[in-house]
Amino acid sequence: MRRLTLRNVVVAALLAALVLLPVYAGLAHDRFVLTLFTRIVILAMAAVSLNLILGFGGMMSFGHAAYLGIGGYAVGILAFEGVPSGLVQWPVALGASALFALVIGALSLRTRGVYFIMITLAFAQMAYYIVAGLARYGGDDGLTIQKRSQFFAPLDLGDKVQFYYLCLVLLFAALYLVWRLVNSRFGLVIQGARSNDMRMRAIGFPTYRYKLVCFVIAGTLCGLAGALLANHADFVSPAMMYWTRSGDLIVMVVLGGMGSVLGPVFGAVALLVLEEVLSGITEYWQIILGPLLLLVVLFARGGIDGLLGKVRHD
Amino acid sequence: MTLFIEQCLNGLQFGLLLFLLAAGLTLVFGIMDLVNLAHGSLYMVGAYLAATFTAWTGSFVLGVVLALAATLVVGMAVEVVVMRRLYGRDHLDHVLGTFGLILFFDELVRLIWGPEGLSLSLPSWLNTSIAILPGVDYSAYKFAVIVVTLAVAAFLYVLVMRTRVGMLIRAGASNREMVGALGVNITLLYTLVFGLGAALAGLAGLMQAPILTVQIGMGENILILAFVITVIGGIGSIRGALVAALLVGFIDTLGRSYLPDFLRVVLSPNAAATAAPALSSMLIYLLMAVVLVVKPEGLFSQGGK
Repeated sequence: MRRLTLRNVVVAALLAALVLLPVYAGLAHDRFVLTLFTRIVILAMAAVSLNLILGFGGMMSFGHAAYLGIGGYAVGILAFEGVPSGLVQWPVALGASALFALVIGALSLRTRGVYFIMITLAFAQMAYYIVAGLARYGGDDGLTIQKRSQFFAPLDLGDKVQFYYLCLVLLFAALYLVWRLVNSRFGLVIQGARSNDMRMRAIGFPTYRYKLVCFVIAGTLCGLAGALLANHADFVSPAMMYWTRSGDLIVMVVLGGMGSVLGPVFGAVALLVLEEVLSGITEYWQIILGPLLLLVVLFARGGIDGLLGKVRHD
Repeated sequence: MTLFIEQCLNGLQFGLLLFLLAAGLTLVFGIMDLVNLAHGSLYMVGAYLAATFTAWTGSFVLGVVLALAATLVVGMAVEVVVMRRLYGRDHLDHVLGTFGLILFFDELVRLIWGPEGLSLSLPSWLNTSIAILPGVDYSAYKFAVIVVTLAVAAFLYVLVMRTRVGMLIRAGASNREMVGALGVNITLLYTLVFGLGAALAGLAGLMQAPILTVQIGMGENILILAFVITVIGGIGSIRGALVAALLVGFIDTLGRSYLPDFLRVVLSPNAAATAAPALSSMLIYLLMAVVLVVKPEGLFSQGGK
């Protein structure tokens, strides 16, 4: 296992780069790169949570951005109503996301395949319209957060470096959680249900319940990413749960490599850095990104992690 | 009462429009087993082309006919260049690939027509109101849309149920390999079906264009509604799409106009004013949830697919 393969080198380099990034930002006085990578780390966490259901569970949710919005709005609304404490805001964000995932999951998991894709998409859009209709909290225009979540003394989310490390630690914790889950009995049942649901039921596993629990865990994790994202932007708006954002998350997971614990992190870094680079080249960068996605779908099925792994096998 | 009839007609018109979109989506899914998110892009392309051709030729009818033909060609080109390579792949691949196509089309439209929307103005003979019942006036254009969509629905029925091509389409939906093995040019058939779906989407887009503005992203919101309809109706069923589209059209239109009044009876005026917009945009999703609980495969599912 612990050999010097290309994949291990790249993984180590990426993790080291993520850890050392604030040092570089401090030395080079480059605040932009720190802001960009805080965003990348947060969205990577959302992608990691999606990968749990999409990559391991085979549940093609197309509404994952809804939890980003729910987590974000929990923080935003509580801050607006005069509850700045993160110790209240974050549990509410997690609880609300978990509850939403439970209701949506209970209904959606009754179906499979393409129905599941469309239903999760439709429910997420429903959440989008509800939030856009909240006139008290800015409606379509969104809600500015005056003060980031307040925690106990040394932890200050207003400090960019501290906030970056907090996000990074939470990302690593999420990765560890997913890794443990996937390799546990629970994770094996989930993966078994992905490859053959009927067989798993035949040998006595109530796969519906297992999948629902998995769905709720993923939603809760993404709700946490939403709370972070709201703090990062100091702003929440319905746009953060629009369905194209769900599409972006799927792109990150597939681009990085489905069903690989670290894959979504590669995917998030690759997609967001690519967006940044392309939008520097031309205003019409999506005209390049779109066909590029198609090419990935057609020719690079295993994503980045798959490509790195392939080199090892040759 | 007059208002109620008018709202019912609006619901009918919106429902039939949604049917055009959902029919293409469900045809393509039923026959090619392809999830096409880019269907909304074809709706947008149809609207943009109609606005452009009408401005060029100066004639609404000529512009519409040209736009319809052009959308058909665009659809067939998309099928030949991209979609053909996606058949037989995982649904997730379809979602991702066609998501890429949406980005491409949105940006292409921005590049060609600019970020501001276009408007498509009606000729004077459509821009009037007519008396559909004694004492009830209704927009002539919306009435024309109802007539055209009903005609298209009838055409689709005859095409699919009564012609040789339709027979092949139905056969292709139930067993692709067998139809191919019997010597039918299945590649050409698929291109035609996809083009037909594209033309239906384009027709929906260009008919909606004079009512709303033509803008980037116009196809995406309505695409979700079309998805809801295909799910409610049962994927692959055109009849299901028609029933579900009418249901959604009526519920959405009537909900938006009467729910605020209804809530005011039950709740305080203040609470009603806050809850009504959110609840009325939720209604169709609630309908979908109810349908799913009762029949997870949709109202008119074809079973075993």
